[in-house]
Amino acid sequence: MNPPVLETRGLQKAFGGIVATRDVTFALERGARHALIGPNGAGKTTLVNLLTGMLAPSDGRIFLDGSDITSMPAHRRARKGLVRTFQINQLFDSLTPLQSVALTIAQRNGGGTRFWRPLARDAAIADEAIALLTRLHLADVMQRRTALLPYGKRRLLEIAIALAGRPRVLLLDEPVAGVPATESREILETLAALPADVTVLLIEHDMDLVFRFATRISVLVNGAMLVEGAADEIARDARVRTVYLGDAFAGSLGNASLGSQFSNSRNG
Amino acid sequence: MTPGFAGTTRNRDAIEFARSTRVRTSEIVFLLAAVLSWFLLPRQAPMLNEMAILALFAVSLDLILGYAGIVSLGHAAFFGTGAYVAALFAKHWLPDPLVGLAVAALGSALLGLATSVLVLRGSDLTRLMVTLGVALILYELANRFDNITGGADGLQGVVMGPLLGRFAFDMGGRVAFGYSLTVLVLLFVVARRIVNSKFGYGLRAIRDNPRRATAIGIGSHGRLAAVYTVSAAYAGIAGALLAQTTGFASLDVYDFHRSADVLLVLVIGGVGWLYGGVIGAIVFTLMHDVLSGLTQQYWQFWIGLLLVVLVLVGRERIGNVAQRLVRGRDPNAQGDLPP
Repeated sequence: MNPPVLETRGLQKAFGGIVATRDVTFALERGARHALIGPNGAGKTTLVNLLTGMLAPSDGRIFLDGSDITSMPAHRRARKGLVRTFQINQLFDSLTPLQSVALTIAQRNGGGTRFWRPLARDAAIADEAIALLTRLHLADVMQRRTALLPYGKRRLLEIAIALAGRPRVLLLDEPVAGVPATESREILETLAALPADVTVLLIEHDMDLVFRFATRISVLVNGAMLVEGAADEIARDARVRTVYLGDAFAGSLGNASLGSQFSNSRNG
Repeated sequence: MTPGFAGTTRNRDAIEFARSTRVRTSEIVFLLAAVLSWFLLPRQAPMLNEMAILALFAVSLDLILGYAGIVSLGHAAFFGTGAYVAALFAKHWLPDPLVGLAVAALGSALLGLATSVLVLRGSDLTRLMVTLGVALILYELANRFDNITGGADGLQGVVMGPLLGRFAFDMGGRVAFGYSLTVLVLLFVVARRIVNSKFGYGLRAIRDNPRRATAIGIGSHGRLAAVYTVSAAYAGIAGALLAQTTGFASLDVYDFHRSADVLLVLVIGGVGWLYGGVIGAIVFTLMHDVLSGLTQQYWQFWIGLLLVVLVLVGRERIGNVAQRLVRGRDPNAQGDLPP
């Protein structure tokens, strides 16, 4: 068992009287392909916001590589390799995809804030950005203004920007929402093909994709962690069946066992 | 796709990307026209000087408004501070213009740094009110301490030394215009570098989407404070140029109309591409000059009308029409219109 990269202990978040995150204690192993599932309003996005520092928890602690990051500002967590995508696209509309990705790479490279050197003239950054955008099927639109791109391309750019940050821990908040099935499968394959030491947490509603992608699954219900385990265990879990999957479970089960076999063979 | 083919497309994109920040022919033509105006229009030098100063002031506002999305209705706070610092410095310490300019830049930069904490967060409305408030406070401070500033009568008896120890400011204003234009061009080049740097793109990222900017590791507070400080220094230099070239500073440099005018100038020329400030200043000053000759009291009517039309019809649509007219003559012509 690998040591945990990202860990929470007793994480709690309340908005007024509503508890969105309830005493969540969980850990992501290094290199995990982990999925977070749960019904709508279970608090999945809130949990991502807490992990990335976009929200401050009411109680509890968060650890990255064993050190406490609970009060670290969001942009510093990002610099430490804790990267996320957003459920609703958060893009730089007046920039082109190439500028957006180049900026992200330059930002990741660090080296202080550069006031003088033109960003566009750094050949290494441009090459890396172009290669990444090409890999994500954005080559034909990378010099256009992001505001003018169709939804599917914007969704891909959302992921390209996250990958440009060369994440160590990647939190994907419904990355393929609204993307056609063929493309979404391809996107998840790109994500599954990330280097083995990159840790990925996926929030997704499509059970087929979840079981294809994840080897471990956590189930969040009403802000609390209901159960966590290997993908096939979760598929068989009676509580998950009643609380989350409900009547439709019978139909998903076939896919689920197929999916876990798929991911097992990929990892083996 | 063969590797070779992939290689060439990649190179072409990279080259196009690198070119995007290169100096364009149209920019060189623009610069030449500015320099030529010094030689060809000696009698208009005072008006051109005013134009150059207003342009620098507007470029200063563009740095925060156009690139960082910080709206301000009190940019005169820095303009006025630069003007007073330059005038007082020349009167009491040293009449050398360049040293005075540096001191004025430093003074207004410090004020910018100190007040930047007020604009780091908050909505547009809060920022408008806070910047307006700061400018009002400084106006009344200058009014109250009239033993130092000369109050409403203005600071009399500011005598500037010759530029670089050689060029004395003349009555015709040609040295003054040459001085202001040189400063404008140099600071414009610096601003252009800044907005095309990683820092500049970071500002645009913060303006476009602060959440995502944070998520890619951009800390907004440091960057916003930095650009606000630089912008304040620019505005202070513009104010200092006015005080130095007219040998005078009065409460008017802090007046609300200065903050409003510079915003108007920038909106006329277009926000977020630096040239907007310069073009806006040219249009504004020319309109002022021509219209106030025709109708002395009501020239602002036309400025107001232009503003309403620009904002309602939209610059892009006007630009498209203009582009089509230009293209009609030359199919290969590419307009450098603001995005």
